[in-house]
Amino acid sequence: MNFDFSDDQKQLRDQARKFLTEKCSPKAVRVVLDGKAPYDKELWKGLAEMGFLGVAIPEEFGGAGAGHLELCVIAEEMGRANAPVPFSSTVYLAAEALLIAGSDAQKKKWLPAIASGEAIGTLALFEGNGNPSPKAIKLTAANGVLNGVKKPVADGAIADFAVVAARTGSGGRDSDISLFLVDLKAGGVEVKSLTNLDPTRGQAEITFRDCKAEPLGAAGEGWSILTQVLDRAAVLCAFEQVGGSDRALEMGRDYALDRIAFGRQIGSFQAVKHMLADMYVSATLARSNSYYGAWALSTNAAELPEAAAAARISATQAFQHCAKNNIQVHGGMGFTWEFDCHMYYRRANAMALGLGSLTYWEDQLIDRMRKKNAA
Amino acid sequence: MNFDDTPQEAEFRAIARAWIGANAPKQYEEDLRKSSLGRTVLRNGNILEVAKAWQKKKADAGWACLHWPKEYGGRGSSPIERVIWQQEEGPFGQLSRMFIIGHGMCGPTMMAFAREEHKRTYLPPLASGEKVWCQLFSEPAGGSDVAGLRTRAEKDGDDWVINGQKIWTSGAHYSDYGILLTRTDPTVPKHKGLTMFFLDMKSTGVEVRPIKQASGASDFNEVYFTNVRIPDHQRLGEVGDGWNVSLTTLMNERSAIGAAVSTGFPELFEYCSSLMLDDGPAIEDRAVRSKLANWAVKASGLKYTSMRAISALSKGERPGPENSIGKLVAGSMIQDVATYALDLQGARGVISGEDAELAGRFQAMLLRAPGTRVEGGTDEIMRNIIAERVLGLPGDIRVDKDVPFNKIPTKGRS
Repeated sequence: MNFDFSDDQKQLRDQARKFLTEKCSPKAVRVVLDGKAPYDKELWKGLAEMGFLGVAIPEEFGGAGAGHLELCVIAEEMGRANAPVPFSSTVYLAAEALLIAGSDAQKKKWLPAIASGEAIGTLALFEGNGNPSPKAIKLTAANGVLNGVKKPVADGAIADFAVVAARTGSGGRDSDISLFLVDLKAGGVEVKSLTNLDPTRGQAEITFRDCKAEPLGAAGEGWSILTQVLDRAAVLCAFEQVGGSDRALEMGRDYALDRIAFGRQIGSFQAVKHMLADMYVSATLARSNSYYGAWALSTNAAELPEAAAAARISATQAFQHCAKNNIQVHGGMGFTWEFDCHMYYRRANAMALGLGSLTYWEDQLIDRMRKKNAA
Repeated sequence: MNFDDTPQEAEFRAIARAWIGANAPKQYEEDLRKSSLGRTVLRNGNILEVAKAWQKKKADAGWACLHWPKEYGGRGSSPIERVIWQQEEGPFGQLSRMFIIGHGMCGPTMMAFAREEHKRTYLPPLASGEKVWCQLFSEPAGGSDVAGLRTRAEKDGDDWVINGQKIWTSGAHYSDYGILLTRTDPTVPKHKGLTMFFLDMKSTGVEVRPIKQASGASDFNEVYFTNVRIPDHQRLGEVGDGWNVSLTTLMNERSAIGAAVSTGFPELFEYCSSLMLDDGPAIEDRAVRSKLANWAVKASGLKYTSMRAISALSKGERPGPENSIGKLVAGSMIQDVATYALDLQGARGVISGEDAELAGRFQAMLLRAPGTRVEGGTDEIMRNIIAERVLGLPGDIRVDKDVPFNKIPTKGRS
């Protein structure tokens, strides 16, 4: 047993941190936050050049073929830097859906384009009402054309293609759902940007009107593929959340050491120390749960569904907890636009909803634990 | 990152499993499986006798104190092998709780500071459970301020003469030996005037009085010392260096307690899986599921945090202050879990003991849990340790730091 990343993986983490510290300063994040650009194109290009976008994509499809542990390491650094790029939608959701269910031709078309930074992808799942569920999908697919509206779609306004969940049967069963691949630059698609909690990662509404689409995976297998994609993305997002938690804790700690009140560093007051200690505890629990998720993901273990749900819940809680208390440590300054605290607060709360809310994942975790206990 | 056994680990596991299968006291398995933080009650056996017999059997076959060196009664195993053993020992590991103070704290302190001949004399019978040890640190006026202790040790020829009182001493009523922290110089600041010893609990002048706890049980004691004589060769470390010696013990205490502490979660999950509420099974109730999920990720987070610590340990890193989180998280969690289990029971939750649901398991947990949050350092002390030693925040302001011990005020409002 060795429950840690390898030296090579840690080296990759250092490399990614160094790169992101240089190319993704809070000032650079603010360009996107202030609405001056939909995402950081230069950074996206740089990430592709570093090989980070295709780190888990096999070499035959233009990637580095390293693996998912390496992707976890990069994800943590993306979260730490609060990177304003469509990384999660493209790399965790679209690329993973292609890896799981894509035909050889589909993989050859899109995966190299993802790895090289030429194509941005996303998953169009939600239709405005709550959590992942086959019943909530109203968009229909018939004779190879889609009709319906998806909202919100992460990075939908800048994506080149989308994996779309559509209804191909009339009931609320899992087998009534199929997946499709849509080139968003072709006809039949109308995209509208939506304002959202975290402007550094956009959200959109996409309307499909007799839009041509090709099937991704077998008909009726959509829900089963989606579940796998969401589990994988849950682990990868958990690493982003762990990175964000650590950064928020670090900001709070640094401020508590610098700021003097009542003649003392505020970090010498027990109330402040204990708040920071609790942030450390939640970040540590989240990191440990995420490591287990990383192991399950990288080995495609039978434990993945349970491990993914645990990592998702733990990391979501930790990031929200650290981001909100970071503002508290900063006092009034933490609540200003000028300080960076709110960027992590926004990201934490947006990420808490992106793959389905905590309530949804709590439900998933208990179902999966029961299944395991029954087996 | 992997959880699979290496070929050597798999071989070790197979041997351990076979030995445990052939030798464990299976007649107590059911009782041990059901004991959590409440008292372990063996329906047909005395827990101390059963624990000692199992420990002796393990020692004779080379399975006691796995990580200790062989010459002191251990096996010289790697940290990973120790974990594999614990996994395989399962509920029978509950029995070693009787020796946790000796094995987890006194033994390591002896190993670090005792003379070689003492190590060879005292450690093997400690490892084998034939002799039980306790740790005599806390005092009535001390609490978290361990260094504020008042038990005096005065030099008299080749002996030291001890007078004073200790409290919260787990297992003192059945202990053969103890390690003892004393004040040898009250004229210097408090941390500088301390000295550590080990002693025979049967020495003349040692009196042990059990304390009845809130739970009704008596796991702890007061220990009085009246002109107790300890030979100088039983001193651990230098005169005046007792605080440093005790830090070794306390650091080991945190990792020992942290590793062994229970969260109550598996018990609650099992309970909710079978419990029927008015509207159906508890496990299908949305509010119950949300609570369970929140505790599930804390329990798994603790489990994998300790695995990360073990991985670090196996690479030769030392256990650090981050181990404080085990007890901090589990302590309040078990209290909340017990409270919630009783809430699910409604009015009948008030009944404890044999007439209660599950023979009063959660009621016993509830009444024992406050102790977990205090022993080995309160939640507040644990948070200070994390804040100061992990995050590098300033220490608490200590007004007694540079004051000679005998000039420190002893009363608040007078």
